[in-house]
Amino acid sequence: MTGPSNDALSAIRLQIMWDRLIALVEEQALTLIRTGFSTSTREAGDLSAGIFDISGDMLAQAVTGTPGHVNSMARSVGHFLDRFPVDEMSDGDIFLTNDPWKGTGHLHDFTFLTPCFRDGRAVALFASTCHVVDIGGRGMTSDGRTIYEEGLYIPPMRFAHAGRTDQTLIDIVTANVREPVQVIGDLHSLATCNDLACRRLREMMDEFAIADLDRIAGHILDRSKAAALDAIRKLPEGVYRHEMRIDGLESPVDLVAEMTIGADGIDVDFTGSSGISSYGINVPLCYTEAYATFGVKCIVAPDVPNNAGSLATIRITAPKGSILNAEHPAPVSVRHVTGQMLPDVVFGCLHKALGNAVPAEGTSCLWNLYAYGGPGRVEASPRELADAATFTVLSFHSGGTGARPGMDGLSATAFPSGVKNVPVEVTEAISPLVVWRKEYRQDSGGAGTYRGGLGQVMELSLLEDAPFAFSALFDRIDYPPRGRDSGSDGAGGTIRLASGARLNGKGTQTIPSGERVVIEMPGGGGLGAATQRDPASVAADLRAGLVSAAAGRAIYGVVLNADGDVDEAATDALRSDK
Amino acid sequence: MAQARLAADIGGTFTDIAVTYRGELYTCKVPTTPHAPEEGVFRGVRQAMEKTGLGPADFALIVHGTTLATNALIERKGAKTAMLVTDGFRDAIEMAYENRFEQYDIFLNKPLPLVPREFRFGVTERVDARGNVLIPFVEESLDGVLQALRDNDIESVAVGLMHSYAAPDHERQLAEILTRELPGVLVSLSSEVSPEIREYERWSTTAANAYVQPLMSNYLGRLSDELGRMGFTCPLNLMTSGGGLTSLETARRFPIRLVESGPAGGAILAARLAQECGLDRVLSFDMGGTTAKICLIDDGEPQHSRSFEVARQYRFLKGSGLPLRIPVIEMVEIGAGGGSIARVDALSRIHVGPESAGAAPGPACYGKGGTAPTITDANVRLGRIDPAAFAGGTITLDAGLSATAIDTSVGAALSLSTTDAAFGIVEVVEENMANAARVHAVERGKEVRGRTMVAFGGAAPLHAARLARKLEIEEVILPVAAGVGSAVGFLQAPVAYEVVRSRYALLDDSFDPDGLNALFREMRTEAEEIVAAAAPGAVLVEKRTADMRYRGQGHEITVDLPAGPYDRSLRDTLGEAFNQAYAETYSRRIPGLDVEAMNWTLRLSAEIEAPAPCPPDPAAVARDPSGMRDMFDPDTGVFSSVPVYQRSALAPGAVIGGPAIIAEDETTTIVLAGFTARINALGYIVLKWEA
Repeated sequence: MTGPSNDALSAIRLQIMWDRLIALVEEQALTLIRTGFSTSTREAGDLSAGIFDISGDMLAQAVTGTPGHVNSMARSVGHFLDRFPVDEMSDGDIFLTNDPWKGTGHLHDFTFLTPCFRDGRAVALFASTCHVVDIGGRGMTSDGRTIYEEGLYIPPMRFAHAGRTDQTLIDIVTANVREPVQVIGDLHSLATCNDLACRRLREMMDEFAIADLDRIAGHILDRSKAAALDAIRKLPEGVYRHEMRIDGLESPVDLVAEMTIGADGIDVDFTGSSGISSYGINVPLCYTEAYATFGVKCIVAPDVPNNAGSLATIRITAPKGSILNAEHPAPVSVRHVTGQMLPDVVFGCLHKALGNAVPAEGTSCLWNLYAYGGPGRVEASPRELADAATFTVLSFHSGGTGARPGMDGLSATAFPSGVKNVPVEVTEAISPLVVWRKEYRQDSGGAGTYRGGLGQVMELSLLEDAPFAFSALFDRIDYPPRGRDSGSDGAGGTIRLASGARLNGKGTQTIPSGERVVIEMPGGGGLGAATQRDPASVAADLRAGLVSAAAGRAIYGVVLNADGDVDEAATDALRSDK
Repeated sequence: MAQARLAADIGGTFTDIAVTYRGELYTCKVPTTPHAPEEGVFRGVRQAMEKTGLGPADFALIVHGTTLATNALIERKGAKTAMLVTDGFRDAIEMAYENRFEQYDIFLNKPLPLVPREFRFGVTERVDARGNVLIPFVEESLDGVLQALRDNDIESVAVGLMHSYAAPDHERQLAEILTRELPGVLVSLSSEVSPEIREYERWSTTAANAYVQPLMSNYLGRLSDELGRMGFTCPLNLMTSGGGLTSLETARRFPIRLVESGPAGGAILAARLAQECGLDRVLSFDMGGTTAKICLIDDGEPQHSRSFEVARQYRFLKGSGLPLRIPVIEMVEIGAGGGSIARVDALSRIHVGPESAGAAPGPACYGKGGTAPTITDANVRLGRIDPAAFAGGTITLDAGLSATAIDTSVGAALSLSTTDAAFGIVEVVEENMANAARVHAVERGKEVRGRTMVAFGGAAPLHAARLARKLEIEEVILPVAAGVGSAVGFLQAPVAYEVVRSRYALLDDSFDPDGLNALFREMRTEAEEIVAAAAPGAVLVEKRTADMRYRGQGHEITVDLPAGPYDRSLRDTLGEAFNQAYAETYSRRIPGLDVEAMNWTLRLSAEIEAPAPCPPDPAAVARDPSGMRDMFDPDTGVFSSVPVYQRSALAPGAVIGGPAIIAEDETTTIVLAGFTARINALGYIVLKWEA
């Protein structure tokens, strides 16, 4: 037997190094998750980590819970390099920013960049992003009218200079945020995780005896770009337009996309979308790019890893001044409420290109429980709040996702965000809130051959006799998720007091003492005609109570017999009338 | 006097038997009999008695571990189960975390709950987080429910009420009614199975317990009865996922605690070896047919946790299974074993596992119809496995079939020769394991570099040396009977039981040491009853821990507590212990933040003798190889002829320079170039990196 050729060995070594870089950024992200303080970092995976070559091209990015950092963190590296060229960096320098336009879309996200030196030479850059628990200002609400109200703004600058942390910067942050210990803690976590990744990279370079990343970088970027283009070239070339209307805040918002599929990639342009809002639901372009790219990738090339090579094949644009390319100083604090809708818009374009290969619309934006109470935190008289406990609760909840080709949508499940909820028992242990009900909302899934996922109902109140603040950031109330190909729309969301009064879908509101809040989350849209749904699936939904008997009969044309099985004669008769 | 001890470990393919008697170890493997797993055990027991000449009366203890509960969960072959929960929460076990475990796959489906929605019922009652009753239990709310349970022939009922970890009364009332009204139906209470805060995990665990309970209870009954008929009068203890043994009765009540017993046995084996050899930092590496398990063992003790996920249904991905809050030994399990299948993706990258060829059809070289290339096929190609001497020569492997499978699925797609493709496959799987080990360590604030690796399981000795190189580990120890490591570990495990309680405590002026003392007294009583039953008269060792975090964090870290009783000074002691543990894990502490505790555990075990320290090595004895074989060297990329030694012929003191192969019936140890292999006084192979 003869040994392997050098070329073969070298190809295998390149794969091993690539795998190692992917593992290395996962390790970098995990370090951050384990030490992060804000609920959205640790439960929602609202963080990111990646490795870049010294020209700023991203080689690998950890797969974390939120698509909001896909490519946006990568872009931020370019902004850092514009201001601080690599040859002016020293070993031990660390850079940071929370600039919404140069980072990941709002002031709560800090991005850190660390050049990694080996033998006195920068060999790579590590970046990481995480969501801090507070940044001063009005907090995470839609209420701000300009960026100035939304908190402390730190342009790209040094966090550490040749190994020495900038105490002035630390003092300024400490003086401007509500939870300084936690926020400063998170900043140190960002620095630490980059540092760990750099150490691992040096070990890898020692093990493989390489002096730079040029060859492996070229390999990763070429392979990934080629794989992404292969996938894109399987799609029918053309221009596909789609529109979607959502609730917005002061008025409905239109999201309009034109997708061009060509041999060299996919371009999505959002010309025609609504102008900016007066409130913080506006989206900086970097964040639009992140969610739109994510939507394209889910359908077109889900298995190709994110890096500069694969991401270069998907290009996103939006006109300046539109809600999807809001410029400074527009308020952008809760840009996710709008941004999370973009995969649905992109799916609409892809539906026109591909037909039955994409899901129906879903709830898409999170329906989070965000409530707080106590003196000074609720719009109520100090006397009413005198004995109220001080608390803040943030838990991530979701309605239904759209029906998928060949399968139902997912009930009460986050998409596109990848968040996890906080257990009700934990919410109740750390606050005076009681959740009385949290279960599926019958008949909320859009009917169809494939049914939309169900939304859920939550009902909650305060155990003590005091008002509390409820911060709503909901959409799909007036404009529910639409079905596709004759599938029905999902049920729109509702939010009200148990006593009857309707609450606003967005903005901070006061819940009077003794009242219960009832939140009904949207269901996903259906796919295909309801009367085409397999009667056995309808029967299963009826037995489980996901669909009511009335809807089963009226919408699906299915009747069950006394044993809970499909009454075929009655069903046929009913369906032939439809 | 009866002195022999026997362990039986049922795995997917083989049932392993280990017997110790007067310092001698006997082991054997018999095929697992899935239709009635006890039959394989009986066969193995008879074979062991024949070979050792022992009779039933010679045995002082039988220890048993089985994957039966795990298989029932994976294959969804448990009992027809219903669940009663606080009204308004019947979907909690289905909503799970409300998330997707794989971000880019819009076609993923979430694991189905073990209890379908039509068998989940709401009960009128409500307790708050402090245990105060907000709505008293309304017995009438059960009226229709009981009838529905009868009508549907429900065999087992899980009960999960909100905050029942703090106030179990309503669950107990429900249990009384269910037992009275539905004789013969088994009842699992969440306040007993897993009394911890976080409703989804607690209820998921309880539902799983209820789901496997009828099956496990019957099985354990049959096993125990038949052993009695065979003449055994000694106790039958069960190995738990937490690494302790428990009595038959406790196992029948909480069968869910048996799910991960095999891997736990392996970790116990490695921990005992660490104590024996005086190793304070060990990485245990257990690789079998379908998965590999890696566990970090510091100061002779594996880490314990209460977080496990069973029945992962999607590429072995975290989040695609059912969470169980049971005491487990902390380890990472990777879908990489001898049967793992290699393929090439759209980016021309080789992937290995978690899909496995299993025992049937098995690797291509088995000639049983498998056409996909597996790790075993790649090892055959690289000369690491001798096709003529596999499994002690009982199975002849077909190297030609390996080559065809490798060429078809990997070589052709990448334009690689068979050998290069085989090398790629092995290199990728070793890299996967190395990456998983590093990530596992970083999650716990530990390093793998510089540890001693303890390798066992049928496939581990083939990959241990290369994995050690990747992890910068310079010493690897392969114990005797490495192929049946878990069963040997069973024999070294103590009788033990762990009790957990959630009680929220902020370390400020509200801290209540008396309440905590009462809580621990109650936990001790509960644990003592169970441990004493399985180990009467034993000296008991108690260990207490608390799960703590900075106020506002979502993950707790486990902190060791001093022995009780406590006074007010515990508050500061606890705070300091937490800060120290936090700093060890995350390399920093955060002054000025409040600390809170969520859970308290008490682990009670029967004291067992520490192993005798390993005697020094005898003088080196030169050995001649039994033959030569061509083996591929991963560093140089060429084949060379290397000596093959029979492990059975190597006496303590023998030293072999790499590259070499040490063969035995159950496995093959690869000594790579740069390593030296030495047989120590206990017969273990010790590999040292000398280059």
